[in-house]
Amino acid sequence: MTLDWPTLLPLIFAGLMGLAILIYVILDGFDLGIGILFAAAEDAEQDTMIAAIGPFWDANETWLVLAVGLLLVAFPLAHGTILTALYIPVFLLLVGLILRGVAFDFRAKVPAGRKHRWNRIFFLGSVIASLAQGYMLGIYVLGLDVGLGGMAFGALVALCLAAAYAAMGAAWVIYKTDGELQKKAVLWLRRALVLTALGMVAVSLATPLASPRIFDKWFVWPAMLYLSPLPILSAVLFAWLWRQTFQLPKTDDRHALTPFLTLAAIFTLGFAGLAWSFYPFVVPDRLTIWQAASAPESLAIILAGTVVVLPIIIFYSFYAYRVFGGKATDLTYD
Amino acid sequence: MDPLILSRIQFGANISFHILFPAITIALGWVLLFFKLRYNATGDSAWMRAYFTWVKVFALSFAMGVVSGVTMSFQFGTNWPGYMETVGNIAGPLLAYEILTAFFLEAAFLGIMLFGFRRVSNRIHTLATVLVAGGTTLSAFWIIALNSWMQTPVGFEMRNGVAHATDWWAIVFNPSMPYRLVHMLIASGLTVSFLIAGLSALRYLYGDRSESMWKALRTGVFTAAILIPIQIFAGDQHGLNTLEHQPQKIAAMEANWNTGPNVPLVLFALPDEAARENKFEVAIPDGASLILRHSASGVVPGLNDYAGNHPPVFPVFWAFRIMVGTGVLMLVVSWSAAFFLKRRHSLPKPLALVMVPLALSGWLATLAGWYTTEIGRQPWLVAGVLRTVDAVGPVAGSQVALSLAVYLILYALLLTAYLGVLVYLALKAAKDGDTSPLPGVLDAPLSQPAAK
Repeated sequence: MTLDWPTLLPLIFAGLMGLAILIYVILDGFDLGIGILFAAAEDAEQDTMIAAIGPFWDANETWLVLAVGLLLVAFPLAHGTILTALYIPVFLLLVGLILRGVAFDFRAKVPAGRKHRWNRIFFLGSVIASLAQGYMLGIYVLGLDVGLGGMAFGALVALCLAAAYAAMGAAWVIYKTDGELQKKAVLWLRRALVLTALGMVAVSLATPLASPRIFDKWFVWPAMLYLSPLPILSAVLFAWLWRQTFQLPKTDDRHALTPFLTLAAIFTLGFAGLAWSFYPFVVPDRLTIWQAASAPESLAIILAGTVVVLPIIIFYSFYAYRVFGGKATDLTYD
Repeated sequence: MDPLILSRIQFGANISFHILFPAITIALGWVLLFFKLRYNATGDSAWMRAYFTWVKVFALSFAMGVVSGVTMSFQFGTNWPGYMETVGNIAGPLLAYEILTAFFLEAAFLGIMLFGFRRVSNRIHTLATVLVAGGTTLSAFWIIALNSWMQTPVGFEMRNGVAHATDWWAIVFNPSMPYRLVHMLIASGLTVSFLIAGLSALRYLYGDRSESMWKALRTGVFTAAILIPIQIFAGDQHGLNTLEHQPQKIAAMEANWNTGPNVPLVLFALPDEAARENKFEVAIPDGASLILRHSASGVVPGLNDYAGNHPPVFPVFWAFRIMVGTGVLMLVVSWSAAFFLKRRHSLPKPLALVMVPLALSGWLATLAGWYTTEIGRQPWLVAGVLRTVDAVGPVAGSQVALSLAVYLILYALLLTAYLGVLVYLALKAAKDGDTSPLPGVLDAPLSQPAAK
């Protein structure tokens, strides 16, 4: 492989897109998860949970726009192939995101009697969006197989991803709240972890079994040795997090952020595994990132902007999180 | 069912629903900044009260704009894969810059703008308002650049059926871009000023005479009165630009079937494309020649020069007339209201009654204007480069029909809920008047020591 721009640029953009997807899954994961957990929370707790994500959700969702935007601008051929194959799940994802996005605002502005309705819509939208994302992941892992078996597997991954988001949401609630709600969130986390682990195992096993090419990438010596830290570390983190759920909350609220960071690390490991499996394909076994890429001159001009702007985005995103740091309090406009 | 026509209806419905909210947020951000700066300068808490009322409308409109915008970004791929495959090298970077420079900026500082008033210093809060308003405008800049490039594409070359950029400056500042951008930004300004004026008039009719109501009402009415003549001039310039670059669109807008001099200005007609003539035509002789060529004998392009290559006449003709008609109505109402507010320091009830439904006049004019220019681009998706029919994807018609039906129901429900909340917020503000507590606001005039 020669390292010239036409080779490097698609690689860089694949990396950027992966990064955007990962950040999206972690960030929107916790606010979608809080939407899912709405079903288990009391009225007053729901307000606190919303306050824990209110200032952030919009920026979180922008990472999805960036991810799909990068797919669109950097790999236009793949963009069309993937999104037309996933027409209905994408459509459901969008309906879910529309419902929860507006419910966020409506629930705080409608007359008091209508708030319940929008709370339910917020829950429903979050569940639909999470399930749709999981289903898409399942289908994608099987190489965009939309047969009956693919759909069944998609449904399993959908359930597990929703559970994983619920775990993220619970971990965020542990970080942002205290008292009864925090204790409740620890229990939510423990339950959600079971399904999350199941989902990760399912995806990890299905990916190599569905594609001989991916199987050969994992189960050959010495690659197996270099790759072994991925599953081992994930398992250790899971076990450790499971133990944490029996110890939290601790005095002085120590380690309140630990579950969230641990989950983020697990997500990252899982994502790295997927990335290794599919590289260099952007449409599994059909289109490589070089076949699907835009013209180098167009990628170059986007890269120039990205290099300047992305660090600034990350900087002010951190700033925004810091302004609303600490335990969640009531959100008011004045 | 034909996936092409269904996909077109779906995209049309989606983008029509979407544009309603950016049309509000683009300008409302700057109006909020104005309220904020007035508060900073005068210390009068009524300005901050107006800010808090309208920032809620901003938050809601922003959320509606975000979710409908996300839907749009996915539809490029789900329904129109041919679009990115052909012109992705041009559209891609423009969209990428919109996301990178505008979306993140808005999204990150929106939280501080909405909920941060008591968490950050007043200066940072003002800065957050500036950044959010700037972000929405920057977003408009990029998307208008892309849309204008689709109307008047330059700065590229075709290689193997795929567009490749050769001159980015020419692509961004393509011939119709400055005109369309100005026209749209002022349209947003008018949409917001009529919305503010209309909802303030509603508060007025419900007996609200609070200082924050007057401040919002005056801001809305005077901004509208100033912007509308500028918009009429900008629109005329935009039209002349279209005449130069997209004459077939002008021919459809004027329902002019034959190229020639002394073309009348058609005020009313039912254009009949099969017979290639206007039914029930009411026209001013030489009017179109005078407006477009500044001479009665000026030659105006006709549809006969573009057989098989011009947009459908009926919708373009009528969308244009609805836009212009709404504009004239806006001129009359905003100037009358400005007169009464300036000279009489009051608002006659009948005028207030008219202003309430006109709260949505900006939406009507904006939609009609976009229909004129977008339907007027047909049968092309990118003028002269890609036909709409060649961009549609291989999705089954039944799937598109399902998604379209659900979107339409969803949009209708959301629009109803949105308008309901606007009215509810206005009436609540009318009931509260100047009395509700503002814990974070220092009222400088009231906190001065009383004169002895």
